[in-house]
Amino acid sequence: MSPSFHFSDPVRGKALADAIAKLAPPDPLKIVHVCGTHEMAITRNGLRRFLPETVDLLEGPGCPVCVTPARDIDTAIAIARSGAILCTFGDMIRVPGSERSLDETRSEGCDVRTILSAADAVAIARETDREVVFFAVGFETTAPMTAAILLDGPPSNLSILASHKRIPPALVALLDLPDNRIGAYLAPGHVSTIIGTGPYEEWLAERRVPVVIGGFEPLDVLYAVALILRQIRNGTPRVENGYPRAVAPEGNPAALKLIDRVFETVEANWRGIGAIPSTGLRLREAFAAFDATDRFEVELPEGKDTIPGCRCPDVLTARAVPSDCPLFSVRCTPTSPVGPCMVGSEGACSIWFRYGGERPL
Amino acid sequence: MCLAAPARVLAVSGNVATVDYGGVETRCRLETLAEEVAVGDYVLIHTGFAIRRLSPEDGQETLKLFDELAASLAEAAEENPVRPDSPVGDESQSATKSRS
Repeated sequence: MSPSFHFSDPVRGKALADAIAKLAPPDPLKIVHVCGTHEMAITRNGLRRFLPETVDLLEGPGCPVCVTPARDIDTAIAIARSGAILCTFGDMIRVPGSERSLDETRSEGCDVRTILSAADAVAIARETDREVVFFAVGFETTAPMTAAILLDGPPSNLSILASHKRIPPALVALLDLPDNRIGAYLAPGHVSTIIGTGPYEEWLAERRVPVVIGGFEPLDVLYAVALILRQIRNGTPRVENGYPRAVAPEGNPAALKLIDRVFETVEANWRGIGAIPSTGLRLREAFAAFDATDRFEVELPEGKDTIPGCRCPDVLTARAVPSDCPLFSVRCTPTSPVGPCMVGSEGACSIWFRYGGERPL
Repeated sequence: MCLAAPARVLAVSGNVATVDYGGVETRCRLETLAEEVAVGDYVLIHTGFAIRRLSPEDGQETLKLFDELAASLAEAAEENPVRPDSPVGDESQSATKSRS
């Protein structure tokens, strides 16, 4: 019999829900997670109904597509207009830049292609003489793949528009925003598969905020929430690994080495949040020949990251939930999105629209 | 975006494995994987690259962790139902252990 990695049996779910109820904190507690896959697990499975009344669980900047600044999208559009083949992951194509999305430039004749893997960009480049640009987005989970293709002798007509982001320093920046009142983090499981537990300890050591790494099965999420509540109850805030079947304390050394060989850490702009130190990954000098911004000499002004009336900036900083936005499900829907959180299939607004998230949390 | 799913390794050739990914035969790259893999192993795949070898025993281990936590809280509540500020559960049993 093949082993199962799915954990959703109702008997254990009830036991974990009972555990959570026993650990209900007397004071309001806001738990923030930063992963679209977590929001999907929580909303699709209705897990918020198992949380005590005092506990809110919100998605912060958990959708890499949603936090990609308009300027990077504008740059990708300028490159596509120059005649290059622009490849990126699906949702990125539909997110509006300052004026339009990559998808809309297709109607001008631009060659914009959806890929499922960084390796697909290499395959496309090998079959053409044209320039091929991979618009690389994603957190630490996805950056190693971009590094891997650059270390694997890529064709000279391939270049990278890198917009990868790092999570742990962003968690610190979120704590420092006014009115955030974040009491605990449910840390992203597959980012942690790569980085392990160390970077959270390094960045959040002084903050006395529980950080529990959680998996993505319904029971994984309930388990991680129970661990958070137990830390709160016992007054022992720390980094705890609630997803040990996929996360080693040291992370994935092979993937970390790939990132380190290819990228250096820089400040990065997060849409809806602004500049956060140490959260960006820029190609090292040795790989400058593959930097699409140099190759295409695109230098654009800051883009328009905010949209009148749209509360994506508050949703991305966990200071609002989608239904707090007056545009949500009225003017802003997945078929006609206004803000990035309704475009990205892992954006909180898109998930709430599809699976029925609502207040009270 | 950070979605990753388990797949069973059917064949390995250099940097590439052929895998059974939920009933679909496909390929994934291995240079992002820290562990060695062999035919029959399970790997977690993200955007066409393996990021972690999964052991079938880890699934059982996970269920044990869930059960231990629930049981420790049930006991704590029975022993000490009136002191909500006292420590509950044995944190030393928590899920910090990991397969090396």
